[in-house]
Amino acid sequence: MSSIALDTSSAIGKSTANTAAPVRIAVRDLNFYYGDFRSLKDISIDFYDRQVTALIGPSGCGKSTLLRTFNRIYSLYPEQRAEGEILLDGQNVLSPSIDVNELRARVGMVFQKPTPFPMSIYDNIAFGIRLYENLPRSELDGRVEEALRKAALWDEVKDKLRQSGMGLSGGQQQRLCIARTIAQQPEVILLDEPTSALDPISTGKIEELIEHLRTEFTIVIVTHNMQQAARISQFTAFMYLGELVEFGPTNKMFMTPTKKQTQDYITGRFG
Amino acid sequence: MAEHIVSSYDNDLQGLRRRITEMGGIAEKMLVDSIAALVRHDKALAQSVIASDSRLDVLQREVEESAILTIARRQPLAVDLRETISAIRVSGDVERIGDLAKNIAKRALAIGEEFQPQKIVLGLQHMSDLVLGQLKDVLDAYTQQDTAKAVDVWKRDGAIDALYTSLFRELLTYMMEDPRNISFCTHLLFCAKNIERIGDHTTNIAETVHYLVLGENLAIDRPKNDRSIDATVNTGA
Repeated sequence: MSSIALDTSSAIGKSTANTAAPVRIAVRDLNFYYGDFRSLKDISIDFYDRQVTALIGPSGCGKSTLLRTFNRIYSLYPEQRAEGEILLDGQNVLSPSIDVNELRARVGMVFQKPTPFPMSIYDNIAFGIRLYENLPRSELDGRVEEALRKAALWDEVKDKLRQSGMGLSGGQQQRLCIARTIAQQPEVILLDEPTSALDPISTGKIEELIEHLRTEFTIVIVTHNMQQAARISQFTAFMYLGELVEFGPTNKMFMTPTKKQTQDYITGRFG
Repeated sequence: MAEHIVSSYDNDLQGLRRRITEMGGIAEKMLVDSIAALVRHDKALAQSVIASDSRLDVLQREVEESAILTIARRQPLAVDLRETISAIRVSGDVERIGDLAKNIAKRALAIGEEFQPQKIVLGLQHMSDLVLGQLKDVLDAYTQQDTAKAVDVWKRDGAIDALYTSLFRELLTYMMEDPRNISFCTHLLFCAKNIERIGDHTTNIAETVHYLVLGENLAIDRPKNDRSIDATVNTGA
């Protein structure tokens, strides 16, 4: 699949795909198994630096599974294994010699349902930083503020940093989780349907946030919302039954997809 | 093309296609009748052409409203988005074709039974036959999503331009010969220009069909043979 020629002829404006960007994550011949079930089949795909790549496809197609391989979160479950290569800046993250904790700091993840820790807003952010770094208080304060600002949450919580993170609204909780991820200064942010539990206004805020975060981070997002993928991503990959069917610049994928399966799916003809 | 999971979506798109087919039929008839009214001095026919334009206007507005609603309600993507946008474009072109045919009918009434040089009338008839062929073909190409046929129409328009240029020269000559010819010659010149413009709209539709099916625009430059801008008449003075 990596041999698919990328067509950038439709690249207009700043939000379009930059195929000249360096490759941040290179997936090569990736297979994934839940026990005996092979849920990813020979996936090869590149994720470009400081670009948003959307993974789309019907439920069970393997898009979340693919996302979960990048930080090896699947390895929490003994029955699950990945074969092949996932090169993060040239280093295979599937290699046994990789420090998984360090990997998860480099590749942050935000889930469908907001997962704030049952602690204060401040500690939700500081907790992750303290895991990896021992910072003096003033510096830690600075890092917490910076993360909350980048997650566009600072103005809403600056006067209640000591209150519980659980008391925030769903959309705020999700931005808190994004702030927690950002605070660890990752290279890559993985978002697994980050807005599917949110109302349209909170969704808009997260989408706005993703546009800003892209200037600093490489972002991979799984979404069931086709229009969202079209709005916020520069690249889109369509997966079906564990295979990568088509990958290309988002503008092309949503206007003139090459494969019939892609067209049928994005136009609501699948079945 | 497979059907949508939501069947009312298919109904929306079919509604657009059905209206455009109806519009195409009306426009074709308007063109044929307007030329016949001109050639045969048939005032009743000219009146009926003028009357049928309003149906075209109504249909065009319906297509536009329905397409806008489809965009708002369904957020069409890929081929569906191209189809929706194409419906707006094609209905606009067909509506203009109707306007131009109506204008020919009005001029047919204005000219009445004034002397018309047979050669010019035959030239107009021939030109309109060519354009009618273009119109039928491009509407077929739209219905059948046939890009080869659309591109053929697009290329053929040069012949109509060439014919227009020669009619333009001849009408100019008649006007130079006798100032009493100027009135009907001007009307006929506008008729010729209208037919030529209808040809241009058929090429617009051809371009839209190409975009609809392939998602790519045809080249900007179409083969053109309208040299009327350069036409001069030597008065011998």
